[in-house]
Amino acid sequence: MEAPGDDGEAASGRAELTEHAATDAALVQRCRAGDDAAWRELVDRFSRYVYAIAVQGFRLPQQDAEDVFQEVFARVYERLGSLRDDEAVRPWIAQLTRRLCIDRLRAGSRESDADLDELPEVPADDVLESLEQAFDVHEALAELPENCRQILDRFFARDESYRTIGDDLGLPAGTIASRISRCLDKLRDAFEGRNLPSTPSSGQVT
Amino acid sequence: MSGYDHDQLAQLIGMLPPAPDAWVRAAQELPEARRGLDQLVARAEADAAFRADVLADLERALEAEGVEPQPRVVDELRRLLADQ
Repeated sequence: MEAPGDDGEAASGRAELTEHAATDAALVQRCRAGDDAAWRELVDRFSRYVYAIAVQGFRLPQQDAEDVFQEVFARVYERLGSLRDDEAVRPWIAQLTRRLCIDRLRAGSRESDADLDELPEVPADDVLESLEQAFDVHEALAELPENCRQILDRFFARDESYRTIGDDLGLPAGTIASRISRCLDKLRDAFEGRNLPSTPSSGQVT
Repeated sequence: MSGYDHDQLAQLIGMLPPAPDAWVRAAQELPEARRGLDQLVARAEADAAFRADVLADLERALEAEGVEPQPRVVDELRRLLADQ
């Protein structure tokens, strides 16, 4: 039997999920209506995700990763109209990216006469699952105040040094470290507050 | 959900670095590029002399339409004109 508080927490989680998914769905609808700004936003929202699946998940070399990246967005653009569930745009993009990465690996194997049954570098499920979690963390990051968003992204995702960030923000390098710590606390609260499931579904249109 | 510590969060942030700016920009400009291609192809369909000019210099034709002649776009234009 569930504790009395569980219903409330579950309902809250569902509400957040619905709100988040609705944002994706609204974006898809605007794209479908020919809104170029919405398209730019959609690319912006999913570009890191697609890039990470190709480069970190499948370890594609940059040239192949670029081809996959452009092909993913070209297909998304062409096929948005056939997406059955607008809220499922993220798992659809993930599935499309994985499929194109596998196609690319197969093409490479054919060129090198390797055994087609033995695809190299297909990522383990836990790597892809971690990328899902990473996406959720970035969504939570996007909810933080601009200064935290910028400092965490620049330090951890863009690999910039304390000094570079400090010089840009007009802060001593030592202050950056303490800000990072405080911002990580805020991020943890935001991330755990979202309580989003991170497993993409499959079976979407391609 | 169990608590995430700073190291875990830092690692997860680091797993999604930005894609190269040029890649993102090219993907974002897709609608404009497609419209430019469509206009070129429509005009080429209607005007044989224009079609010959476009085929003679695909990059220049794209630039004249305000479309950056990236290799992928040039290839697409070549394919569309060949299909005519």
